[in-house]
Amino acid sequence: MALKTFIEAIRDGLREEMTRDGNVIILGEDVGKKGGVFLATDGLWAEFGDDRVIDTPLTESQIIGTSIGAAIGGLRPIAEIQFADFIHPAFNQLVSEAARLRYRSNNGYSAPMVVRAPYGGGVHGALYHSQSVEAFYTHVPGLKVVIPSTPYDAKGLLRSSVRDDDPVLFFEHKKMYRSVRGNVPDGDYTVPLGKAQITHPGSQVTVIAYGLMAHYALEAADRVADDGISVEVVDLRTLRPLDKETVLDSVRKTGKCLVVYEDNRFGGYGAEVAAMVGEEAFDYLDGPVTRIAGPDVPGVPYNHVLEDWFMVNPEKIADAIRKLAAY
Amino acid sequence: MAVTPRQPAAAGSSLGADLGLSTDDLLEMYRLVALARAVDERMWILNRAGRIPFVISGQGHEGAQVGVTWALEKGKDWIAPFYRSIATCLTFGMSPRDIMTAQYATASDPSSGGRQMPGHYGSREHNLVSVSSPVATQLLHAVGLALAAKIRKTGQVALTIMGEGSSNQGDVHEGLNFAAIHHLPFVFIVENNGYAISVPLARQVAGSSVAARAEGYGIPGVTVDGSDVLACYAAAKKAVERARAGDGPSLIECKVTRLTGHSSDDQQTKYRSEEELAADRSLDPVPKFRTQLVDAGILTPEAEERIDASIKDAVHDATEYAEAQPDPHPSTAMRWVYAEDWPSEGPPPWGMGEDDAGHEAAAADQNVAEATAAIDESAH
Repeated sequence: MALKTFIEAIRDGLREEMTRDGNVIILGEDVGKKGGVFLATDGLWAEFGDDRVIDTPLTESQIIGTSIGAAIGGLRPIAEIQFADFIHPAFNQLVSEAARLRYRSNNGYSAPMVVRAPYGGGVHGALYHSQSVEAFYTHVPGLKVVIPSTPYDAKGLLRSSVRDDDPVLFFEHKKMYRSVRGNVPDGDYTVPLGKAQITHPGSQVTVIAYGLMAHYALEAADRVADDGISVEVVDLRTLRPLDKETVLDSVRKTGKCLVVYEDNRFGGYGAEVAAMVGEEAFDYLDGPVTRIAGPDVPGVPYNHVLEDWFMVNPEKIADAIRKLAAY
Repeated sequence: MAVTPRQPAAAGSSLGADLGLSTDDLLEMYRLVALARAVDERMWILNRAGRIPFVISGQGHEGAQVGVTWALEKGKDWIAPFYRSIATCLTFGMSPRDIMTAQYATASDPSSGGRQMPGHYGSREHNLVSVSSPVATQLLHAVGLALAAKIRKTGQVALTIMGEGSSNQGDVHEGLNFAAIHHLPFVFIVENNGYAISVPLARQVAGSSVAARAEGYGIPGVTVDGSDVLACYAAAKKAVERARAGDGPSLIECKVTRLTGHSSDDQQTKYRSEEELAADRSLDPVPKFRTQLVDAGILTPEAEERIDASIKDAVHDATEYAEAQPDPHPSTAMRWVYAEDWPSEGPPPWGMGEDDAGHEAAAADQNVAEATAAIDESAH
């Protein structure tokens, strides 16, 4: 057991999966000698060489499309998109190709690959280095979408993603890379895909979150505890396939549900969770299923005052919990 | 760029000998060219007779497809084809039944089990990557296959094919650049028929040719007469040898003609003159290859009779077979979204066709029964 930062856990996971399976390769922009702009792949090029840690041109569609072909050819590619904001040129390859390959070939082909991308705001990244893009991909059957919140989960989920037989998008909140630390055991543990976790048991309000918001939800739960409100926090960990049972069990117990996400509110991933809870736990609800999410502007503004206004934070979540609890 | 003439055979040697092709090879190549045409023509008849809803055709492309595919090693190398690749798929191992069940979208259609439109062929068994409808995306898959072949040292070559219209997509630039940087065992075939649906070459491709673009990537680019089967074979053979030797990718532009509309939903006389269409018919690879083989004394009357009869039988058999195959059952429609079933990815409120009495035929089908059993099992 060792205390690791979020990015150290990811780097360790990458290294150990590459050591375990010679078919695992990494490709992306600046992933080689530099070790990635966030240093997620630092040292891997020196350890595994040119063939297995590949610096690509600035061509996101190529990174993903080539990974699909390489996966068909027996490799297990881990593609790094430098910022989630820059994944859009690869949308066609992800949605039309990777997601549909198994279905459209009636299980003749599949694309076992991982696409890692740093996402999220609160780091002075402005419109094009702060986006949360998960909703574009959670919408698509055939893709799996993972957003870990702890070093333990990051490493365990990364291992499961690399070993999974379908394409997995693995989004890492960049603000957490060095600010979040946690214990990571030695040895080859995994965290299964498709399983949420209750990170704070409670009885009156269920708060559903993921990524950085899972941390903020815990902070908010502590704040409202002083007001006598007992909050249960569900960290989704995998967004698709969604662990409906853990979510519904919690909401059926508490009768109140707040969904938190950093992305724009309208049509965001949390909207689907809210709809699911509304449909499947209606008889248990004592208040409206509520969302607290980013405002509907086209991006996170740069100026710190504006960025602070944009970002969901523990206080904004706590306020929403208080309103819902009073219902 | 000038069309590269095929080197004539040395005096006294027989046709194709300079390329290492035997008489049997040439007869088999002819059979494939003619078979692809016959299957294709049958598809149009079935469409006009109301039996199948859609056709996308390879007529005019068959010579280039057979010539190019012949240069690859069947069962080893990879092809990422496109929607006109009927002759390519037949040459690489798919059968007329495989092609015809795709037209009928039957449960047994090996390309997709009836999930995709006709023309979206694919076969894991024969190393033919599943075709999608967005164009040029497959180039990157072939480049990825070439990357895997290089890293895993398998000695495989990956080849992809598309039209000249598709060749303008950004994925083509991204993929050629990457393949050239890494000297990947990759071959890019452009079947240039002069039209992207209705838009002629002059409005699609700037510069002298698609092949000329190869220079920008520092790779060989040649233009060949796509109605000349042996010229296409010669060019592909050279490119495949270069790829297999580790010398990197090549681009071959095969100038072909599109003898039909873009698809069964297109009327090409709206944008092509009768004179042009008549002139294009002279570039038909089927009679051209036939004449070449007859003149060389290879396609004898007996051989032709035998080949014609086998093609007639194969097309008839494929049609009868596909006509009799059951539709896929809705109970299978949620399979293979992922490798495994997920409880959260449940059926729609209207179920999985359990109450549909119109599928007795399908219920008898073994594939359907197996798939249903798998779903039942996973639900318990």
